[in-house]
Amino acid sequence: MLRLGCGAGFSSDRLEPAIDLAEKGALDYLVFETIGERTLAFGHRDRQLDPKRGYNPQLAARMRGTLAACKRNGTRIVTNMGVANVAAAAEVIVDVARAQGLSGVTVAAIEGDDVSDLIGPDTVLFDNHDKTVAEVGRPVVGANVYLGIDAIIPGLETGADVVITGRVADPAMFLSPLVHHYGWKRDDWQKLGQGTLVGHLMECGMQITGGYFADPGRKDVPRLAACGYPIAEVDEHGNCVITKLADAGGMVTPRTVKEQLLYEVHDPAAYLTPDVTADFSRATVQETGRDRVSVANGTGHKRPDKLKVTVGFDGGFFGEAGVSYAGPNATARAALARDILRERLARRPGFEALRIDLIGINSLHATAHGPRTESTDVRVHAALRSANRDDVATLLWEVESLLCCGPAAGGGYRGQITPSVITHSALIDRDAVRPSVKVLRA
Amino acid sequence: MSRRIKLHEIAHARAGDKGNTSNVSVWVFDPGDYPLVKEQLTAERIKAAYPDLIRGAIQRYTLDHLHGLNFVMQDALEGGVNTSLGLDSHGKSWSFLVLDLDVEIPDNRAG
Repeated sequence: MLRLGCGAGFSSDRLEPAIDLAEKGALDYLVFETIGERTLAFGHRDRQLDPKRGYNPQLAARMRGTLAACKRNGTRIVTNMGVANVAAAAEVIVDVARAQGLSGVTVAAIEGDDVSDLIGPDTVLFDNHDKTVAEVGRPVVGANVYLGIDAIIPGLETGADVVITGRVADPAMFLSPLVHHYGWKRDDWQKLGQGTLVGHLMECGMQITGGYFADPGRKDVPRLAACGYPIAEVDEHGNCVITKLADAGGMVTPRTVKEQLLYEVHDPAAYLTPDVTADFSRATVQETGRDRVSVANGTGHKRPDKLKVTVGFDGGFFGEAGVSYAGPNATARAALARDILRERLARRPGFEALRIDLIGINSLHATAHGPRTESTDVRVHAALRSANRDDVATLLWEVESLLCCGPAAGGGYRGQITPSVITHSALIDRDAVRPSVKVLRA
Repeated sequence: MSRRIKLHEIAHARAGDKGNTSNVSVWVFDPGDYPLVKEQLTAERIKAAYPDLIRGAIQRYTLDHLHGLNFVMQDALEGGVNTSLGLDSHGKSWSFLVLDLDVEIPDNRAG
C-alpha cells in the first residue's frame, strides 16, 4: 500500500494541516499542488518584476514547516511550486534545508515546461475562437506546456527527497509515484486512468475532506476550521481509499468525493491529461468506514498526441476600487453612486469595458439576474483592465472622489492596481517537448 | 398534485472552471429524487434561465450510477479567470445559480 498525502490544493492553501500530515501521516509521498491558470499568470507577472521570483510565494514557509519531518519520516515531496521559475525555487529549497541543518537533502528540478520558443505569432488559441497569438495583439509573457509522468518520474528515479516542477498536469504528481513504485507500464491505460482518478481526487487538497462543501443546515462539516488534508491509500491496482488524519477536522464522505470527482471535468469518460485519456464515467464510490471512502473502476484509453499549453499575455493593469453605503436607503445611494461613476467615466475612451457591481445587492450573479433585493449594507465595486495604467489610476481616483462628491455617507474606500496577465490555450506536438531533470544537494 | 421547490432543497453541486468554460456537477441527496431531477434539469433549462451569463452551448453528462449530472457550459465566465472583470472570476458560485432553479416534486414525495 502506498500512502499519498496532499499538503496544498492551490497556491494559497493552508500550511498548518500540511505540517500535521508531514508529521503524523506516515506518508510515502507528500504532494503540494499550487498552480492554476490564475496563479501561473501571477508567476509570470512576478518573474517579470523580479527575475529571481515567479515561484510559489509560500514555498519557503511550506518547506520550513514540512521538510524536516518528511526527511525524518521517509516521506518524499513532489510539488509544482516552481511555477514560472523552477530553478530559483530549487535553490530556495536547498537554502531552507541548509538553514535547518538538513545537509544532504537532494532536490530534483524538472524543467522543460517553458515552451515559449515553440509559440509563434501563428499559434492557434483553441479556447479563443481559434484566433492566433498575433491576433491577441499583446506581448507573450510565457508559455507553459502541461508536462506529465514522463517528466516527473525521472526526478523520482534520482532518489531525490524533493521533486519540484513548474506546469505539470496536477494528477500526474500523484500518478508518478504510483507508476514509479508499482512499476506500471506506460501504456497500461486502465491503471493510468485509475491512478489519474486518484490524483484528480487528491489534487485540490481539502476540497475532498470538507472544504468548498459546507452549506450550513444542509451540508454541515464537523470542525471545518481545523479541516485536514486528504490521504490516499493506494494498492498495486490503483484502487484507493480516501481518508484523513483521525484527529483532523473535516470529513470524507461519498458526497465530498463525488463533488470532487467531477470538479473541472467536462466529459467524465474523456478526461485528458498528458498521460492518459482517463475515464471516470464508471468510477465507484463506496463508504467503507468513518472518513474512509473507497474509489475504484476508473479506467482510461490511449494518451492524446498533442499537449496543452497555457500562453500568458501581458494584460496591462487591473484596477478595482470600492466604496460602501449603509443604513436607510443604502441601496438607492449605492445605485446613485454607480450611475455617477458611469456618467463620469463611461464615455471616456478606454473605459468601454468598465464594470460596476453592487455588492450586497447582486454582484456575483449580476449578469444572471436583475436586481433582487434591497440591502442596508451595499458596496459599489468598480473594475477595469487596461494597457494604460493612467486609465486604471483614473478609475481609482474617481471612486475615491465619491467620498466628497457622491451620495450621502459613502465610506470605506479601498482601491488597488495590479499588473495583469491574461491566458489562452494552445496545443503542441508531444515530440517537441524536452523535459529535463537537474539534481541539487543541500 | 405537485409543488415547486428550489433544487437546493434536494441536491448539492460544485462548480469548476477551465478557461472560459464552467462546469457544474449536481448530485441529489436522495437517490429517489434522481429521476425527477434528471428529467427536469436539462441543459436547455439552464441556458434559458441565464442567457446573459451562460453565453455558449451547454452539454449535459449523466452519471446514473452515482446519481449525478454534469453541465459543461461554454463561454460562461466572461472570458475566464484572468480576463473577467466580475468579482467571482472563477465562477465558483455558479453551482448556486443552478441550485437556485425550481423543480417540481410530487406532493406525496416522502421526506
